[in-house]
Amino acid sequence: MSWEAVIGLEVHCQLQTESKAFSPDSARFGAGPNRHVDPISLGHPGTLPVLNERVVHYTLRMGLATECSIAPRSVLARKHYFYPDLPKGYQISQYETPICSDGRIVVTIDQGPDEGTQHEIGITRIHIEEDAGKSIHDQDPTASLLDYNRCGVPLIEIVSEPDLRTPRQAYLYLRRIRQLVRYLGICDGNMEEGSLRCDANISIRPVGQTTLGTKTEVKNMNSFRNVERALEHEIARQTALLEAGGEVVQETLLWDVDKGRTRSMRSKEEAHDYRYFPDPDLCPIVVTEAMLDETRGQLPELPEARVNRYTTAWGIPEYNASVLTEERATADYFEAVVGHLTDPAGAVIASNVIMTDGLRVAGERGIEFDAFPLEAKRLAGLVDLRAKDKLSSTAFQQLFEVMLDDGREAGTLAAEMNLLQESDASSLVPYVDEVFAAHPGHVEQYRSGKTGVIGFFIGQVMRKYPGSPDPKLVRELFVERLTSNETPDSE
Amino acid sequence: MTNPFLEAQASLFEGAVSCRQLAEEYLDRIESGNPALNAFVHTDPAATLDAAERVDARLAEGERPPLAGLMLGVKDVICQAGQPVQCASRMLEGFESLIDSTALAALINAGAVVVGRTNCDEFAMGSSNENSVFGRARNPVDHDLVPGGSSGGSAAAVAAGLCHVALGSDTGGSIRQPAAFCGVAGLKPTYGRVSRFGLVAYASSFDSIGPFAAGLGDLAAVLQVLAGHDPQDNTSADVPVPDFGGALTGSVEGLRVGLPKEYFDPSLDPEIAGPVQESVDRLQEAGAVPVEISLPHTRYGIAAYYVLTTAEASSNLARYDGARYGHRAENPTDLQDLYVRSRTEGFGTEVKRRIMLGTYVLSSGYYDAYYAKAQRVRTLIRGDFDAAFKEVDLIATPATPGPAFRAGSHADDPLSMYLSDIYTVTANLAGIPGLVVPAGETPKGLPVGIQLLGPAFSEAELLRAGSVCWPPTHVSA
Repeated sequence: MSWEAVIGLEVHCQLQTESKAFSPDSARFGAGPNRHVDPISLGHPGTLPVLNERVVHYTLRMGLATECSIAPRSVLARKHYFYPDLPKGYQISQYETPICSDGRIVVTIDQGPDEGTQHEIGITRIHIEEDAGKSIHDQDPTASLLDYNRCGVPLIEIVSEPDLRTPRQAYLYLRRIRQLVRYLGICDGNMEEGSLRCDANISIRPVGQTTLGTKTEVKNMNSFRNVERALEHEIARQTALLEAGGEVVQETLLWDVDKGRTRSMRSKEEAHDYRYFPDPDLCPIVVTEAMLDETRGQLPELPEARVNRYTTAWGIPEYNASVLTEERATADYFEAVVGHLTDPAGAVIASNVIMTDGLRVAGERGIEFDAFPLEAKRLAGLVDLRAKDKLSSTAFQQLFEVMLDDGREAGTLAAEMNLLQESDASSLVPYVDEVFAAHPGHVEQYRSGKTGVIGFFIGQVMRKYPGSPDPKLVRELFVERLTSNETPDSE
Repeated sequence: MTNPFLEAQASLFEGAVSCRQLAEEYLDRIESGNPALNAFVHTDPAATLDAAERVDARLAEGERPPLAGLMLGVKDVICQAGQPVQCASRMLEGFESLIDSTALAALINAGAVVVGRTNCDEFAMGSSNENSVFGRARNPVDHDLVPGGSSGGSAAAVAAGLCHVALGSDTGGSIRQPAAFCGVAGLKPTYGRVSRFGLVAYASSFDSIGPFAAGLGDLAAVLQVLAGHDPQDNTSADVPVPDFGGALTGSVEGLRVGLPKEYFDPSLDPEIAGPVQESVDRLQEAGAVPVEISLPHTRYGIAAYYVLTTAEASSNLARYDGARYGHRAENPTDLQDLYVRSRTEGFGTEVKRRIMLGTYVLSSGYYDAYYAKAQRVRTLIRGDFDAAFKEVDLIATPATPGPAFRAGSHADDPLSMYLSDIYTVTANLAGIPGLVVPAGETPKGLPVGIQLLGPAFSEAELLRAGSVCWPPTHVSA
């Protein structure tokens, strides 16, 4: 029997706000333990939450970018469970009325028989909630340690429809979410640091069956690659179970990255009763048309729109365009370079150098393009020289590397390093004439069909000329002369 | 009616007395008067005297802070930074607050001096002030009687003259019922009128901070400062604050006063009905027009109240788990044991009863039958009042079904205790203001209160009518 997996993802994104979701303490990552806390986020008696408005604006950005319906009025609810890193004994979340619902995300399948086709994944809902603190169990032999810095940091939870069929689709969907939240400037999308987290609901069924099988929930997949691996493992596990005549048990599983397998965390019977009810401390979130208009105005141009523009306006190959738009900072940088070009024809050169050498350098140095050492304007100067054939491709490469750590302009450095190539025919003609006249034998050879000797002529000029002539141009001049009826003797 | 605060302030502004002298006097009163009453559970004389001296310094600078000279008692559920807030519970023994209640901070800023923290039922849950880790507070009228609850200590302290005004909190009658039992004035403001920030939550959508006072002039002066919008409380209302003192004109000409037939049931204790009727007569003599009205869903009030408040309480009290602050069980074997024993040891019986009830009504499968249905009742009760206030300006009711009862008399029957809130819970369900003022006395001399209810933000009208209801000879403290 052949099986089909049905996968839905719940993705949590930490919003990059200055302060927490319901209190004024800092929401920044990376401070010492329990430095970003206050009586409100610690749930001290008498404290009250007040919703950070920026959280709503950020959530609306994601909702609009994924074509969700936006609820004009949505309610914050309390989700109860006891755990030491949850100071109030409940998490403020949304339950019956999420702020965004019924949206979609489209991914392009990048491998297998459907490569290149588009796959749409429905977004069930996006809702606002607060993060819990962090329990640390491996630092002390007898005690668990608690860090409340993360407590109250705003999150959005993005719940997909069970529209994913393969681990790869899940991977692509998750990458797409990461790309979107980064474009929107609402989350840094870092899975390793936990600012983007993913849980999966997964079941399998015989191909052709429309009802769903029993699902499991897989947690603790803390990288994009691990999501793919964990889902592959879980599909294999469920398939083996069913093929052996067994049954899938509804349970929550943890992905053990070291052992490369899932293990049970809790069964359905142990599932919490969260006792949701509307939080009486918080008024409903009201979203007005004016707020939506404002948010629409703040939405950046999204990747697919940019790909479109790059290919149609600047003739950038589609592949280049999609690489350049993967990260907003890269695309912004590319556009800044193009904006500084004296001739937009250099855009293709710019796209090539950024997507190859630029990305390599950014990777090596662990930086984003907003901090790229070769500023857009200087790179544009370099590209301009290459576009006007003032630089050989080797010289272009060489200057690119130098300019990363030398803040001077391309023209200055090229002149100093004697890399400018002559591309003015009039200054080259006397040298071409001289070589042509001095080597009648070679002229004869060429004309009798041994056209390879043109390299000899070019070499002669390159050696005699005091600067760096453009070899292409020298070749053209010789071809013109050699295919004419002129003879060296006639000079 | 006397207004001890306004009188003290007049002397202070005349220079006849200093704020420090007032503070010393009241600390002395507490020292001598409190042991019999157990109204105050914590005093900090050094802090009180320091605060009084700061007021004197402001006066010396020529300032005239509106509450200069006010000697204030504060219910032990209202936070003041650097002071304990124990909610009369073992759970918060030794806990010191890091925050200032917005309402209390406003009073202090206006010149009030805190003379001590007052007794109450644990986490404000109770109607007799018997559920207190500090022991029961006593009614100054008769020490064998309860002062009412949950803000029993505040009512007793004002009635006994141990402070000018005391802050209480009212979730279902916790200001109004003790005010009636002790023969003082007590106001539950409109929900949202006074910030809840810094009030330890019992049931968030019901809780209001409000004042007890011996006279309505004192009460109006304090309300003037308490009222106002607070950005730290999302449920606080951004509405204009009228001149409350200016409403005490004694004029009620043409005021339509509704008398809900459901509250004046023939079974009403005649000892209560008599003084309440006399108060209504005083209103009528002054030109008000009594009108019989109906609030048909009244009988569902207590049930809806106890479903909704316990649901919220079970959630609000989840934070007391022994993990971060407050009572922690010794030598827990694991996390579950830490939680179970810390909460079992830290909470008293009534608090546990309400947490259990609230947890049950929010549970999966029961939510619709209890919580959701009670919310619908709440909407109906609001609707009753909305309809009534189209016909009348105010509503007058008895404050309580009977006078102060003997301590221990409801010990074995919590439900009978719950029913003592029958006339007060509806105001919290509807979010409207309720003022209790003395109406008279029973033949045995026990205080009887009348409750005036009005539309949202009608506190000034309640004060206007309350001053007319007040028996001419009654002196509260």
